[in-house]
Amino acid sequence: MTTTVKPKIQVPEKEKESASRGSVYQSNQLNLWYDTNHALKNIDLDIKENEVTAIIGPSGCGKSTYIKTLNRMTETIPSVKTSGEIIYRGKNILEKGYRVEELRTKVGMVFQKPNPFPKSIYENIAYGPRIHGIKNKKILDQIVEKSLRGAAIWDEVKDRLNENAYSLSGGQQQRICIARCLAIEPDVILMDEPTSALDPISTLKVEELVQELKKEYSIIIVTHNMQQAARISDKTAFFLNGEVIEFDQTDKIFSNPSDKRTEDYISGRFG
Amino acid sequence: MSMKESNSTLNVQELIAKNSNRGLLSFVEKLMPKLLLAIAVVSVLTTVGILATLLFETYTFFTRVSFWEFITGTEWYPFANSTPTYGILPLIVGTLKITGIAVLVAVPIGIATAIYLSEYASFRARKIIKPILEVLAGVPTIVYGFFALTFVTPILRSISPEVSIFNAISPGIVVGIMIIPMIASLSEDAMNSVPNSMRDGAYALGSTKLEVAIKIVLPAAISGIVASTVLAISRAIGETMIVAVAAGSTPRFDGDLTGSIQTMTAYIVQVSTGDVGYGTTIYYSIYAVGFTLFIFTLIMNMLAQYISKRFREEY
Repeated sequence: MTTTVKPKIQVPEKEKESASRGSVYQSNQLNLWYDTNHALKNIDLDIKENEVTAIIGPSGCGKSTYIKTLNRMTETIPSVKTSGEIIYRGKNILEKGYRVEELRTKVGMVFQKPNPFPKSIYENIAYGPRIHGIKNKKILDQIVEKSLRGAAIWDEVKDRLNENAYSLSGGQQQRICIARCLAIEPDVILMDEPTSALDPISTLKVEELVQELKKEYSIIIVTHNMQQAARISDKTAFFLNGEVIEFDQTDKIFSNPSDKRTEDYISGRFG
Repeated sequence: MSMKESNSTLNVQELIAKNSNRGLLSFVEKLMPKLLLAIAVVSVLTTVGILATLLFETYTFFTRVSFWEFITGTEWYPFANSTPTYGILPLIVGTLKITGIAVLVAVPIGIATAIYLSEYASFRARKIIKPILEVLAGVPTIVYGFFALTFVTPILRSISPEVSIFNAISPGIVVGIMIIPMIASLSEDAMNSVPNSMRDGAYALGSTKLEVAIKIVLPAAISGIVASTVLAISRAIGETMIVAVAAGSTPRFDGDLTGSIQTMTAYIVQVSTGDVGYGTTIYYSIYAVGFTLFIFTLIMNMLAQYISKRFREEY
């Protein structure tokens, strides 16, 4: 059989104005090693503001590693070495002397598994503003409400703000984590497979939320789910074996990819 | 070529059938639980036996001394020739002095050590410090006692002349040192079992290492930390050798820490090693004191269990 398999994934219509948008992140010749394992190879990516950028690829392709270098969470693993640059808003975050706490105050992250703190819902949201010096109870109350509304979970939890966040369902916990992230009003939100541990309905809610958040935030999302990438992202990067194979408009990637390997992956030949 | 074809004489199922000895096996299987139960019952019976002896002798004591005098009396002079008095409060106060000082020493150091080991220490540092802590936990208490008497006390006396040879501060500090490893290692276990995903969540919000340790890990591990502390307190209350060697034998109902005191345990040692006759009131008094001690540590252990259940931050 030699007929080309046309990708079956539908990409919704999206406005195209990204040319005029500024960059949030530019990676230049980024390399990363775990000991001797070369996990990221010469990554060049230019990520625009107020867009949803999806990163797709098979397991072990480096997509999670890449998103974790963007807020330097890879540093928690001692054996990691990097070279090259990641320019965030004009400054190289990999440079010595760049304060990582400052970066993470600007760049929020939502993790694969919901990881609320074992505290009340209120305390989960107020934690971020508190460590950054906001102590006024009235202001904190406002932040908590605004963030929970922003994460579309206010109505579900407004009467139980003092309950432990672990009393919520997995999908609710994940939206609490998103609200926790919104509470410090970051510039960028990184999402590392945020729906992989959630049921379809919770997944849908989080996806709708991403569409909503995109108006105010730049979002970079790693996903295993190609339909999800097609549904919610403006741009898609396809990673394979630590390299960026293709990075383009999402509709272009899913309807007319330029690289054979991208086509093979999105049409389900591997991965 | 499969195995069966290559060696037609080899039939594993047949070999299993030939070697199995179902009869003996099922006999051992049936016997084992009974044997293990019998062994377990030994320790239960020992506990019951000790408790019964304690209760019985304590009862005899209270046929001679009023219960009210015992628990409210502020004078403990059992050796007085004319009118011996048996008010246990001075002994309790002595025990509390030692325990209080020990807690003041051990809780900050123990928890700080746990935070360091769990959140900051490199693999190498942990490999060096943990065994040292374990050695500290394994030192015989009589050695700690002499450490208090011949090392700590002279230092205290050179700082303040008010401190006498036997005092509460020196053994209090040393009991504190003795329970540091207990608090440090149990607290470290509790902090280590806080999932890393929680630390990541806090780091991703721009927390510093200290903020993660104090505001996330410590509260998440608090039930284990408090339980370890309560257990350590219970250990300090029951500590005997250090106080027998370095705290003196003067039962006092006051707040003085520089002079000689006596704890419940030290009193029991004093009577046990002395030449008190069997059947005298003094003889029975050690059971009453021992029973009081038992109540104290029992409450502490129950408190530890309650706390670790009640204050667990669920995750």
